[in-house]
Amino acid sequence: MSEKVIMDQLGIGRALSRISHEIIERNKGTEGLVLVGIRTCGIHLARRISEKIREIEKSEVPVGILDITLYRDDLLTKKGHPAVRKTDIPFDLAGTVVVLVDDVLYTGRTIRAAMDELMDFGRPAMIQLAVLIDRGHRELPIRADYVGKGVPTSKTAVIKVLLSEEGMEDRVILRED
Amino acid sequence: MNLLIKNGRIVDPVNHVDQVADLLIADGKVRQIAQEIPVTPDAEAIDATGQWVVPGLIDVHTHLREPGFEYKETIRTGTMAAAAGGFTTICCMPNTKPVNDSQAVTEFILRKAATEGMVNVLPVGAITKGCQGEEITEMGDLREAGCIAVSDDGRPVMNSAVMRRAMEYASMFHLPVISHCEDTNLAEEGVMNEGRVSTELGLRGIPNASEDVMAARDIELAALTNAHLHIAHVSTQGSVELIRRAKEEGIRVTAETCPHYLVLTDEAVTGYNTNTKIKPPLRTLKDVEAVRKGLREGVIDVIATDHAPHAQVEKEMEFDSAPFGITGLETAVAIALQLVDEGVLTVNEMVLKMSGKPAKLLNIDRGHLSVGAVADITVIDPRATWVVDPPQLKSRGKNTPFEGWKMKGRVTHTIVGGKVVYKG
Amino acid sequence: MELKRKDLLDIKGLDREEIELILDTAESFKEVTGREIKKVPTLRGKTVVNLFFEPSTRTRTSFEIAAKRLSADVINFSVSGSSVSKGETLLDTARNIEAMRADFIIIRHPASGAPHILARNLRSSVINAGDGLHEHPTQALLDMFTIRERKGKIEGLTVAIIGDIAHSRVARSNIYGLTRMGARVRVAGPPALIPAEVETLGVSVFYDMEEALSGADVIMVLRIQLERQGKNYFPTLREFARLYCLTQERAGHAKGDAMIMHPGPVNRGIEISPEVADGLSSVILEQVTNGVAVRMAVLYLLSGSGEI
Repeated sequence: MSEKVIMDQLGIGRALSRISHEIIERNKGTEGLVLVGIRTCGIHLARRISEKIREIEKSEVPVGILDITLYRDDLLTKKGHPAVRKTDIPFDLAGTVVVLVDDVLYTGRTIRAAMDELMDFGRPAMIQLAVLIDRGHRELPIRADYVGKGVPTSKTAVIKVLLSEEGMEDRVILRED
Repeated sequence: MNLLIKNGRIVDPVNHVDQVADLLIADGKVRQIAQEIPVTPDAEAIDATGQWVVPGLIDVHTHLREPGFEYKETIRTGTMAAAAGGFTTICCMPNTKPVNDSQAVTEFILRKAATEGMVNVLPVGAITKGCQGEEITEMGDLREAGCIAVSDDGRPVMNSAVMRRAMEYASMFHLPVISHCEDTNLAEEGVMNEGRVSTELGLRGIPNASEDVMAARDIELAALTNAHLHIAHVSTQGSVELIRRAKEEGIRVTAETCPHYLVLTDEAVTGYNTNTKIKPPLRTLKDVEAVRKGLREGVIDVIATDHAPHAQVEKEMEFDSAPFGITGLETAVAIALQLVDEGVLTVNEMVLKMSGKPAKLLNIDRGHLSVGAVADITVIDPRATWVVDPPQLKSRGKNTPFEGWKMKGRVTHTIVGGKVVYKG
Repeated sequence: MELKRKDLLDIKGLDREEIELILDTAESFKEVTGREIKKVPTLRGKTVVNLFFEPSTRTRTSFEIAAKRLSADVINFSVSGSSVSKGETLLDTARNIEAMRADFIIIRHPASGAPHILARNLRSSVINAGDGLHEHPTQALLDMFTIRERKGKIEGLTVAIIGDIAHSRVARSNIYGLTRMGARVRVAGPPALIPAEVETLGVSVFYDMEEALSGADVIMVLRIQLERQGKNYFPTLREFARLYCLTQERAGHAKGDAMIMHPGPVNRGIEISPEVADGLSSVILEQVTNGVAVRMAVLYLLSGSGEI
C-alpha cells in the first residue's frame, strides 16, 4: 500500500483561486450566481470559493448546503443507511446560475443525485460543476466545468481530501493498494 | 405373559419401601418383590438397572377434551400422552361439549376409554349443570356411572349458596369437590398475573386476590358443610397460607399444584408467548417459593398436571384472544425431578405426591406396590436427558411453555394392569 | 450509527443511542417537510401497508404522509372488528399482505403483542402503530422530539403524565423513552387508572394532580376513553374532570415555561380545559407536525437495516 500527497495546502489554495477566477470569467461576473456545496467537504470548498470571489469581485455569492443522502441511487441495495443531515438552501433557485461544488468527481452518481435534489428546490437557469479533484471512471455522462486537478487513478485507489475545517491540515492524499 | 422388572430401585412410599430389587408381575398383579427373582421362560424381563420403579402415576386433573373438542385432544391421544408421561390413571375434567353432567356423558367417556384408552380414565362430573354455576347436578347418578369427584373446573361456582348446597350434597356420596378458585369479577378480563410484568406488557392483570378470596370462601364452606374440598391448581402464596391454616384447624381440605407453578413465573409471558397463558396465571417468584414450600411441607398434597391441550391455530392468536391452558402430561415427571434435584422434594415425596396421595384423595386402591395390588407401575430413568420438542409430543396439544427446555428424567415404561402401554 | 433492527415494536427495547439516532434523523426530515416540494425519492418502489384493526385517522394519516413523502406506495388496509369474527386469524391476514410483497407493515391492533406475532413470522419490517395497552412507540418518539426541540434536551426534565395511565400505550412508551433519556417521570391519576407496580418502571406515582404538576417542565395529558365511565375506575366523568382536568390554574403549579402536550384527540373540558389546550404553552399541533418527520425517520432507518 502506498500513500502520497498529491496536493498540499498551497496547491489547494491555488486551485481554488483559479476555479474562482474561471467561475467569474465564464459567467461574466457574479450576477445571479450561487454556490451549493455537497456535504461535507463540498460545503467548505464552496465557502472558500465564495470568499475568494468576494476578494476578487467585492461581491457576495451566497452558499447553500446540499445533503444528497435521500437521493442516492444505492440506498435500497445496501444494508445500513448513511446518516441523513439537513439540506439548507436559504435562497430562491429560480433563474440562478448554480455552481455545485464537491471535493472529488468519480462515478458521477453523487452529482446526478445532487442535480435531482436541486431541481426539487426550484428551476435554476443553469447548473455548473466545480470539483477539486477529477479522478475519472465516470459511470454517467457528467463532466465538471471547473477542475482543480485531474488525477488518473485505478478503481481500487482511494482519494482523501482533508481540510482544515474538519480539523486536519489541508491536503489531498492518494492511496493505492 | 408375566413381567419381571429386574434390578430397579423400587420406590413405594405408601409401604415405606425404597430398595433395589426385582418385581414380578403376574396376572396383572404385583406377585413378588425380592432380590434376584430368577428369569423364567413365561416372563418377559425388563432391565431396570439405574432406574426407578414406582407406583403408576395418577393425575387428578386432566382435560381430555372428548366429547366435543376432538380437534384439541381425544381420549385416545390424551391417554397416549398420559402413558408417555408415566401416568397410569388420569381424572378427566367435565368441561367438554356436552359437559359431563349426566350419566350418558360419563358412560360415553368410560366406554371410549375402555376401547381406545391406553390408561385408566376416571371421569370427574360437573358440580352444576353445564358448569353454569346455577343448578347442582345429579351427583348420585354421576357417582353410580363412575365419576370419582365433582368439579366445574375451568370456572368457579361464583354463587356461594350454590357452592354450599353442592358441597353438602356431594359429601353424601363421598365425592370430593374440586374447586377452581377464581373470583371472576376480580379477574375481570385479565389474561396474566397482575404485577410489574403485566404493566410492562400492557396485558390486563389477574390479581392474586382473585384466587385467594375464593380459596378462603371455599374453605369456610368446607368447614360449614364438612365436605371434602380439593383446591385445584394452587398458584398463590395467599392460598397456600389459607390451606395451611385450614388443615391446622382440621377442615377437610386437600390441594394440588401443577409443575408450571413450581418452575415458571410471569416473566415467561414476556414476548407474548400464548403457551404461557393459563388460569390461574403464572405468578411471581414470591408465589413460586411459597408454593414450593407448601408442597414440601405437605400443605399441598398432590402434583397434578392440569393438562389442557389446545389446537395450534388457537394458540397462534393474539395473546388476548388465545385460550387459557397448557399441556402437561408429558413434561410433569421431568419437572418433578427438577424439584428433586433442587432439593425441594425427596424422591419418596415426589412419588407420593404423584401416586399415593392422589389415590388417597380419590379413594381408590392404587398408588402402592403391595403384593396383590393391581400392577400399575411406572419405570423412570432419572438420568436420561431430552429436549422438549412439541411436534414429538403424543398429545394433540403442542401448547407447552417448556419448548426447547433441556429436561432430565424420562419415563421408560408405563405398565397398566400388568401390560406395558408405553416404552420410551 | 444505524438502526440494527427489522422492526420497531416498542421503546422498551431501544437504547439511548438508538432513540437519539431516530430523533436526530427526524430533525433532518423535518427540514424536508418544510420544503416547497416535500417529497424525496428515497423509498421509491417500496410498499407500505397500513394495517389498522382500530379506527385511527390521525396516526394512519401521519404514517401515510410520511411514507408518501419518501415516495413509497401506501396501501391502507382497515379491518373493522376483529379478524377472528371473520374466521381469519391475524397471522392469515398478515401473511396475505406479505404475499403481496409489502416491505413495511404498520399495524394498529387492540391486542397487546399483536405486532410481535407479525414480526416473528414475517420478513416485512413491522412498525407498531399502537397495540392494545402496550406501546405506541412512534408517538413517544414524536413526543420526545417535540420536548427536545422546545427544551433543547430531555435529560433532567421533570415530566408529569396525567390521566388514564393503566390503559394508555402512549404513557407506557413515554415512560420507557423518557426515563431512558434521563428525564424524571411522574404519573398521576386515580388509583384504578395507575397500573400495578408502575414504580418499578422508574416513575413516581401521584394521586394529587397539583402535587404531580409542581415544578414540572412538561405536562403530558392523556386522553380519557369515555367508555371507562361506568366501570368503576372512577364514578363519573364529572368527578374525574373535577379532580384531574388540566385547567389554567392547575397548570400554574408547573414551571412558568412548562409545555403542555396531548396525543390527541382531545376531550376538551374533560382531561384538559379548552383555554389550556389552545393556549400558548400547548404544543399539541406541533406534535402532529413532528409526527410526520419522526415517522419518516423511522421508515428510513428501518429500510436500511431489514432484509428489504
